[in-house]
Amino acid sequence: MTLLPGGVDPEDFESLGQPQAPNQDPTPAPTEPIPQQKTASANPGLDTPPPTDEEQVPQSRFAWRDLLGEMLLALTARPARTLLTALGTILGVAALVATLGLAKTAGNQIVSRFDELEATQVSVEPQQGAFESNRQTSAIPWDAEDRLTRLNGVTAAGTITPVETNNQLTRSVPVNDPLGQTEFQIPVVATSPGLFQAARAQLFTGRFFDEGHNERGDQVAVLGPGAARRLNISRVDNSPAIFIGDESFAVVGIIADTARKPELLNAIIVPDGLAKDRFQLEAVSEVLIDVEVGAAELIGIQAPVALAPNSPEELRAAIPPSPTRVRSDVQSDVNALFLILGGVSLLVGAIGIANVTLVSVLERTGEIGLRRAMGATRRHVAVQFLGESVALGGLAGLLGTSLGILTVVVVSATREWSPILDSWLPFAAPAVGAATGLLAGTYPAWKAASTEPIAALRGSA
Amino acid sequence: MTAVVELQQVSRTFPGTPPVEALKPTDLTINKGEYLAIVGPSGSGKSTMLHLLGLLDTPTKGTYFLDGTDTGALSERERAGMRSARIGFVFQAFHLLSHRTTVENVMLAEVYRPDSSTGRRERAIAALEMVGLAHRLDASPTTLSGGERQRVAVARALVSKPSLLLADEPTGNLDTTTGNQIMALFEELHGAGLTLAVITHDDEVSSRAQRQVRIRDGVVDPVVAAS
Repeated sequence: MTLLPGGVDPEDFESLGQPQAPNQDPTPAPTEPIPQQKTASANPGLDTPPPTDEEQVPQSRFAWRDLLGEMLLALTARPARTLLTALGTILGVAALVATLGLAKTAGNQIVSRFDELEATQVSVEPQQGAFESNRQTSAIPWDAEDRLTRLNGVTAAGTITPVETNNQLTRSVPVNDPLGQTEFQIPVVATSPGLFQAARAQLFTGRFFDEGHNERGDQVAVLGPGAARRLNISRVDNSPAIFIGDESFAVVGIIADTARKPELLNAIIVPDGLAKDRFQLEAVSEVLIDVEVGAAELIGIQAPVALAPNSPEELRAAIPPSPTRVRSDVQSDVNALFLILGGVSLLVGAIGIANVTLVSVLERTGEIGLRRAMGATRRHVAVQFLGESVALGGLAGLLGTSLGILTVVVVSATREWSPILDSWLPFAAPAVGAATGLLAGTYPAWKAASTEPIAALRGSA
Repeated sequence: MTAVVELQQVSRTFPGTPPVEALKPTDLTINKGEYLAIVGPSGSGKSTMLHLLGLLDTPTKGTYFLDGTDTGALSERERAGMRSARIGFVFQAFHLLSHRTTVENVMLAEVYRPDSSTGRRERAIAALEMVGLAHRLDASPTTLSGGERQRVAVARALVSKPSLLLADEPTGNLDTTTGNQIMALFEELHGAGLTLAVITHDDEVSSRAQRQVRIRDGVVDPVVAAS
């Protein structure tokens, strides 16, 4: 086998190993394995006819370059018809691309609108059943805050435990108003110092208690705004004190608002180092963790282990729904319907291509016969027609992909979304079109190949 | 004189009930440079003869040597290659592709050839010059007259320098004047050394050949004296 000057291997579509006539041919003709030397002269003069023997039998070939040329000519011969034939496939591919692109885009919009506050919050509680009778035993240790802030991705952590005050009333000192109510039932919450940051609390005035207060067991309290109003305390620079039962507490700060744990707004917050002693607090009931964006899932796994290395299974971490899960849920809903729609258009497109290609095979019987007479084998004819429909399908896939991407961009622009597309999509979609063409062209190509040149040539052109 | 075509007891039977013997065992030799007419009415076996000679069909029995090669032993691909390289076809219906220019139609003849990817256009132009159509290279076949179209078809048959030009009713779609022009072209080509076989039902056409054979009911007889 020789290479054509174009560098295209002419050993193209035929099966391998055609026996070379000179060695195995039982013909009586004296033949020798001399390669046929055709003159490449521009003059097809008749004075130099090819030698009649001493030649090997020429084999018909259909070089890739010629095949591509024929396909191109066939597609461009009637551009309008080509476009109309491809229309179904164009729309099908466009529908698929637009569906996938829009689902992806919309899914990401929902995720980005997703509550950042919720996405960065992890809370750890003991599993139900970890309570024995009245006595609460918890696997959460008192130094939970220290253990958790060591984890990468945790920005703040704090324990929070409601304090049982045995219905003791709370009052503030200075005002003695005989008409007004001066004693209140106000919930008391014991926390570690890090909780304020973990709950994203903002100070109205004063300060939060800190690690020092906690360790020393200072009698300090921070008031939620609701509690402060009821106790008639609005400033801390005069060192107001409150009494819970008989215990006095210095108010060091008043919270303005918190992003998490709204129950703090109505509560008296005391350090849990104090509450352990004063209120016989035995176990931490919850740890609130503020994590970096994206770290929630990981911390949800790590926190129970960090808190209770011996029995992490006794702790339950509540993590926000992961963004990936949200996205895939949304996508699967949106996709199902439109993917079916796209698939149906593709099918219709394939039928369209098959139909027109079949008609064109019937129209071109003369051409098929001519090609056979000029040296095409059945396989060459089949490959040509198949190639034409694959090229048509691929072209339709390209146009459809463009159309689909355009749709995604336009819809995104009107909704002020950022269009998002999987990077494989623009490559896979034209291939889907080509595959459609392949499928659609199989029968017409077989039909073309089985056309009898005899009948084809006698028909009118 | 070397034989371009040599049929030895070639016959063709089409299966059926009863089987139809379209061509009875026939010996026929066409020598190099000969101009042969095969004449006969429709249904006489002309088409069968054309397809056998053109390697579009294989004989049921007998041996067909083309350029000394036993065509019965060839694969389909080799027979297709022989069609491409050794035989030029001219048809009654021209069979030009209407969406291509004249020169592109002629170039089509070399698409299936193994050794022809350079100079294809130059060879096509040269072939068109030989049939006197150098001025219509880029014309669409739809703008050509019937005679011009048939000359394009002849150029297409000539471009591969065939051993045998096989013409099937070449004047069948033409009026007398243009038909005569085509026949004159054939005579000119014959004069230049081309081997021709023209298959026709028309005695007037066949009478212009160097040698005639008459085919009737599948039997080929030489015509001794032309009218």
